[in-house]
Amino acid sequence: MKKRKKGFPILYIVLCFLFFYVPILVMMVFSFNSSRSLTRFEGFSLHWYEQLLADSEIMGAVSVSVSIAALATIISTVLGTLTAIGLSKTRRVLKEWLLNVNNLPIMNPDIVTAIGLMILFSSMKFDKGYMTMLLSHVLFCTPYVITSVYPKVRQFDDSLANAAMDLGASPFQTLIKVIVPCIKPGIFAGMLLAFTMSFDDFVVSYFVTGNGVQNISIIVYNMTKRTNPTINALSTIVIVVILVALLIGNVVPMLANKKKNGRLKEEER
Amino acid sequence: MADMGDCIIELRGITKNFDDQQVLRGIDLNIYENQFLTLLGPSGCGKTTILRIIAGFEEPSKGELLFNGIDIAKVPPYKREINTVFQKYALFPFLNVYDNVAFGLNIKKVDKSVIHQKVQKMLSLVGLDGFEKRDVTLLSGGQQQRVAIARALVNEPKVLLLDEPLSALDAKLRKEMQGELKKIQQEVGITFIFVTHDQEEALSMSDTVVVMNDGKIQQIGTPVDIYNEPENRFVADFIGESNIIEGNMIRDCLVKFDGYEFECVDKGFKENEEIEVVLRPEDIEIVAPEQANLVGEIISSVFKGVHYELIVKTAQREYKIHTTDIHEVGKKVGMVLDKEDIHVMYKMDY
Ligand SMILES: Nc1ncnc2c1ncn2[C@@H]1O[C@H](COP(=O)(O)OP(=O)(O)O)[C@@H](O)[C@H]1O
Ligand SMILES: [Mg+2]
Repeated sequence: MKKRKKGFPILYIVLCFLFFYVPILVMMVFSFNSSRSLTRFEGFSLHWYEQLLADSEIMGAVSVSVSIAALATIISTVLGTLTAIGLSKTRRVLKEWLLNVNNLPIMNPDIVTAIGLMILFSSMKFDKGYMTMLLSHVLFCTPYVITSVYPKVRQFDDSLANAAMDLGASPFQTLIKVIVPCIKPGIFAGMLLAFTMSFDDFVVSYFVTGNGVQNISIIVYNMTKRTNPTINALSTIVIVVILVALLIGNVVPMLANKKKNGRLKEEER
Repeated sequence: MADMGDCIIELRGITKNFDDQQVLRGIDLNIYENQFLTLLGPSGCGKTTILRIIAGFEEPSKGELLFNGIDIAKVPPYKREINTVFQKYALFPFLNVYDNVAFGLNIKKVDKSVIHQKVQKMLSLVGLDGFEKRDVTLLSGGQQQRVAIARALVNEPKVLLLDEPLSALDAKLRKEMQGELKKIQQEVGITFIFVTHDQEEALSMSDTVVVMNDGKIQQIGTPVDIYNEPENRFVADFIGESNIIEGNMIRDCLVKFDGYEFECVDKGFKENEEIEVVLRPEDIEIVAPEQANLVGEIISSVFKGVHYELIVKTAQREYKIHTTDIHEVGKKVGMVLDKEDIHVMYKMDY
């Protein structure tokens, strides 16, 4: 009975993976195609990557995406972490209310956030461009940071903060030297989420930008109107970057755990 | 008793309210240099709150807190020359033993070589030589305890606060640590303010015991005073076992209870004042019925290891007696008391 059942789930998983990843693989393979065709592979070449590097418009978009993602990650991580710590000290009613409000931007469809921000910036006569894009990214990244840091803050034992102050640490030193190290896993997870959210955002960026400022997703969207295999090359690079970020996020904690377990075993001996 | 210097901490009329609950109701207490002072009382009586006020984690609602004569009620904890050993140790889990102990000195930006020397000295004082690189989360309770003590003492505070530091240890380790803590206190020669709800621990370690109940100090004294001369029924009840009997003070050195007059050593009560008498179970001597006024019948005898606990029923009440002699249940006996063993207390209003 058990045996008969086993074949199907594996087949199902394989089909799912094929469905998800074959298109991506095809795209990656065709980014190395020597011809323009998207259906016939005619030989390996780095032609499209050369084109990509030579295209200043695309390179500009890459630098916008990277710098916005980096800045938005840093700002939203600091904001979100401080907010999470503050929340844990807030009265219960207010806290629950704020946590629910914090979930709104996460659950809202991007398009709603996007249009809302666009209207806000227009009505306040903001000059649309890099700043508005950065502000928007900080805005939609921060809730993710709060959501991943808050559980760690709740686990934090207040007596550790008391102990630090007792030993002469000012409140700021206590934050940096004791609270942050204790909630580091949450902060790290939040940073990764923020970075990936910001780096691959299209909808919000598209609506809040202006004055010719474009990030990778916007330029890819504009390029798809003509067939241009350069976007395959660009997308491949984006996928690799995100893959590396995910690997860091999953492998680093695993290694840290292993090290700790190793020490545990050593001490048992 | 260790030789005590000047008064280092003074609490004057300290009260503390949480919301509408009054947790401390006017605490007056002088704490001296070199003193091993213990706050003793049942759980919830406000011991931790007093420590937190002294450490600076709570502000008193009313009253003054003087440190060397200066009011420090508004000084933040990180600026006080006081360190704490927390109830659950509160070691930093992400630092090893060495870095935990060095934390305070690192904050003060002390020279690395000086830190090294002081940390090593402190680790050997608490018997943790060679533990520098260990992960604190993997230490036993007793070892964590020692790290917590070293981490506090390495800063050379004037006063060390210890909040039930031994309550998480098993009985044997607890006894060991009691002796060791006392030794450490004498070695470093600073004031220890120790909190416990265990009367035996308090009596065996302290120079001075402060018995508390319900946010008020009931009695301050040496362990011997507290045990032998409890000032009221609460103290007598809380410290050791006792027979507490209502009676009248006829005049100085003469007390009457259960229908008979007894000689005692207490003075200064009003004539015929209603009082309560404490008789420790081990102070009551059993004699033949015709040799004593107080007579009764043994209604139970239970072996307790070193002694037997007898219950003797008289016309008025039941007396608890500890004796190493064997007595049969049902026997009629008399009970006599030395005048030093009759402790007269003011009657408490409940
Ligand atoms: N931060 C606080 N908020 C409200 N009540 C508190 C707080 N801290 C202590 N209490 C109350 O004060 C009383 C005394 O507490 P505590 O000083 O911890 O007693 P102990 O240490 O003697 O067991 C308890 O009733 C406790 O519930
Ligand atoms: Mg307590």
